[in-house]
Amino acid sequence: MTYYRIIFCFLLFLGTVSCKQTKLANLSSKTERIAIDASLEEDTEIKAFIEPYKNHLDAMLDSVVAYNPSTLDKNDGDLNTALGNLMADAVLELANPVFKSRTGENIDFVLLNHGGIRSQLPKGNISARSAYNLMPFENEVVVVELTGKKVRAMIQYLGKAKRAHPVSGINLKADSKFKIYSATVAGKSIDENRNYFVATSDYLQQGGDNMNFFSNPVNSYQIDYKIRKVLIDYFNKIDTIKAKIDNRYTKD
Amino acid sequence: MKRRDFIQNTAAATAFVGLGGLSSLSFKPTYEKHITILHTNDVHSHIEAFGPEDGRNANMGGVARRATLIEKIRKENPNTLLLDAGDIFQGTPYFNFYGGEVEFKLMSKLKYDASTLGNHDFDNGLDGLHAQLPHANFDFICSNYDFSNTIMEGKTKAYRIIQKDGVKIGIFGLGVELQGLVNKQLYKETKYLDPIEIATDMSSTLKNDEKCDLVICLSHLGYKYDNLKISDIKIAESTQNIDLIIGGHTHTFLEKPTTVKNKAGKNVLVNQVGCYGLYLGRIDFFLDSNKNVTSKSNKLAIR
Repeated sequence: MTYYRIIFCFLLFLGTVSCKQTKLANLSSKTERIAIDASLEEDTEIKAFIEPYKNHLDAMLDSVVAYNPSTLDKNDGDLNTALGNLMADAVLELANPVFKSRTGENIDFVLLNHGGIRSQLPKGNISARSAYNLMPFENEVVVVELTGKKVRAMIQYLGKAKRAHPVSGINLKADSKFKIYSATVAGKSIDENRNYFVATSDYLQQGGDNMNFFSNPVNSYQIDYKIRKVLIDYFNKIDTIKAKIDNRYTKD
Repeated sequence: MKRRDFIQNTAAATAFVGLGGLSSLSFKPTYEKHITILHTNDVHSHIEAFGPEDGRNANMGGVARRATLIEKIRKENPNTLLLDAGDIFQGTPYFNFYGGEVEFKLMSKLKYDASTLGNHDFDNGLDGLHAQLPHANFDFICSNYDFSNTIMEGKTKAYRIIQKDGVKIGIFGLGVELQGLVNKQLYKETKYLDPIEIATDMSSTLKNDEKCDLVICLSHLGYKYDNLKISDIKIAESTQNIDLIIGGHTHTFLEKPTTVKNKAGKNVLVNQVGCYGLYLGRIDFFLDSNKNVTSKSNKLAIR
């Protein structure tokens, strides 16, 4: 009996060893990044599925409204970019009349976020689709009344962010370490004793990109104007895109 | 099912394998397995290919082409998983007009196995996401979002184990902190849990308790940052038991995965394929029975 028990234990022991043997080990891996390009045929079933959706969108979005002579990219530029300038300028130009008609006040300046520019603006014809690519989000323009102190906090934020957050109507000069030493609106330094009307997106006003200086403002005005609609209206208004990098926000 | 090679757990089974082990001393069968992982991230509603004038992305991408490629690879190796690391939504009018229905239906047709959620998947709110779930014939794996008290409760999985050719593949998912990135009224009561703690727990559960042969983390944390923000690289360094992190969020175009040493000195692969469905990531794992017990450590060779 003991003899059998020993054999059984021996088998169990072997079993444990064997079990380790069957445990899979990760021997090697091979990796590859495969480009999805025109060398691949389109799957006909998938293409047929997409087609009715595509036809509907094309019919709604593709009439040409403007021309862009050169491709604009949000990464072309240091602290201001042609594409960001275009967007911030469009908001100032088109949102201000709406804001003024409702409140009697003028927008002092515009601040958007660099991350909110979601595509390039390719060279060639511009349509409503271009605006959907640039600004796919449903965000609306909101005009925030900020104290001069909050505007100071905004300037500190920008100095730390070191990014080409699009601005319009404000002039910013930063030292070589991005710290902003000059900020002027309509040619005058920021006055801590007055309030400013700053147009931005509801996303940023509600804490997006941690722009906390927008929280608890003196006042906040919704003007029922989506940023994408601002861009569509802007493209309809102009014939040819003339946006360029300028000196509104620069670094020494 | 070739499960006969992997019978484990019970004493009876152990003894049985033990007997097999006796014969294998003379025959030495090989147990080589080949698992292919295909992955995308941050496709952002890019259904169609880019046009010829679309700058650096010109003539690239497109779901119909991706479908052809995936089918070709599945024919080569049926033991293939198809995964996505989030931000399926937002970026083209397909999302603005149809709310994500087209994206989910196409991913289902392409037979995605699983995806995690990215911040933009909350862009139409929890309600907007929930409304599209019937169109998704694949799992959403989120380990560090607590959806209790939201409409999404019970609609995602903390982890999932998929068996392919007898290989156990454990998958968990990490999402990015939503505060400051998504408006609160969109994500509501969703709680963000510490990614390192969750990754430590999940990978241990999958490797040690569930005995997974491969542990994959689907992450929307981002590849790496200059500041202290948690990233895929940090998750890889500060945990053990993860074999592969498939990342997203930062739209990082890696030509090949980054190899990172984890806490136990083992290699972790961290990969990300940019965005918009311009590329498909492919990782082939070759697994073998560990004949030599002394060389049990993972050997990940990137060829």
